[in-house]
Amino acid sequence: MWQQLVDLFVYGMLKLSKDSHFASALDFFIYDTVKIFFLLVVIIFAIAFLRSFFPPEKTKLLLERVPNFLGNILAALLGIVTPFCSCSAVPLFIGFIEAGIPLGVTFSFLVSSPMVNEVALIMLWGLFGWKIALLYIASGLVVAIISGAVIGKLKLEKWVEEYVYKIHGGKGVIEELNFKDRIQYSFGYVGEIVGKVWPYVLVGIALGGFMHGYAPADLLVKYAGPGVWYAVPLAVIIGVPLYSNAAGVIPIVHVLMEKGMAMGTSLAFMMAVTALSLPEAIILRKVLKPKLLATYFSVVAVGIILTGYIFNLIIK
Amino acid sequence: MKIQILGSDCSNCRTMEKHVREAVAELGISAEIEKVTDIQEIMAFGVMSTPTLVLDGEIKSVGRALKKDQIAALLKAKA
Repeated sequence: MWQQLVDLFVYGMLKLSKDSHFASALDFFIYDTVKIFFLLVVIIFAIAFLRSFFPPEKTKLLLERVPNFLGNILAALLGIVTPFCSCSAVPLFIGFIEAGIPLGVTFSFLVSSPMVNEVALIMLWGLFGWKIALLYIASGLVVAIISGAVIGKLKLEKWVEEYVYKIHGGKGVIEELNFKDRIQYSFGYVGEIVGKVWPYVLVGIALGGFMHGYAPADLLVKYAGPGVWYAVPLAVIIGVPLYSNAAGVIPIVHVLMEKGMAMGTSLAFMMAVTALSLPEAIILRKVLKPKLLATYFSVVAVGIILTGYIFNLIIK
Repeated sequence: MKIQILGSDCSNCRTMEKHVREAVAELGISAEIEKVTDIQEIMAFGVMSTPTLVLDGEIKSVGRALKKDQIAALLKAKA
């Protein structure tokens, strides 16, 4: 429906020729922008409403009760629904450790929470369809569960800053919100997220639209196609400094895939953008010694790279 | 009244502090406003998300930047 309306506007009202690159780029831009902003508002609202039922304090109580590997799975799942911003990473980490939640389980949460985030999800759903969005969530969960389990097995508790173990938290409160509070919180959250990401969405979609219209269709087959073995690790390395720009990066990845970048490589790139972030590393340095920080990054990076290779092997 | 805002230097925490100051000024009440950034002190309240609003030692909201009128309502209820 959207597509016909946009076509009508671009080719009918503006009277642009169907063969022109500019018209096709403009058509693409308007269509994607309208669709993505619609999804952003509706879905972020729904996710925020859901999240208002899972404050970190409640997540902590749930995780205290489960044994190790089950804990990794539950932590990765709760990572999706627990509201989390990187500025709360330190109190959250200390709260988990202090409650006796194993280090590996805590890491499963810390990996899944930023990786399976609502903006990435909406952009993937809007641009790639629900199958790829689900594939991204599933592989994100697997990477989070396994990375956490590996870190747990390595027994790295000694590489947590000592003061963390000395903190004794208060009893804690779980705030009971009423329906009106939840609605208000959800509106506020939509405003906050959309207010933050909209320029990236616009620039990302504009760049994507431009490349869609102008770049040759097989541009990347040679450099990032399924046959290029180093494409996956390279994509991960490029993805790390692009933190928090899932909104701007995903439209570009969409076009890169269209121009020949392999599926696994694209997924690995997007996971690296969302899961491995330098600002979050700097924040976590307050509670993790450099060795543990480096191990955490390496384990997650290896997990993402392996996921990329596996998808490149199975999806031809 | 003693108003404490628990939180680091993140954007939500700054918004919250601004709204608290505005609400206090608007109501014209006398209150001591303290921004608590020390992680040990924050943890002592048993919360894991910020910004958190504490009035006279009692936690009023956790992990949300409240709007000015929401804060004003809490202040009025307390006073």
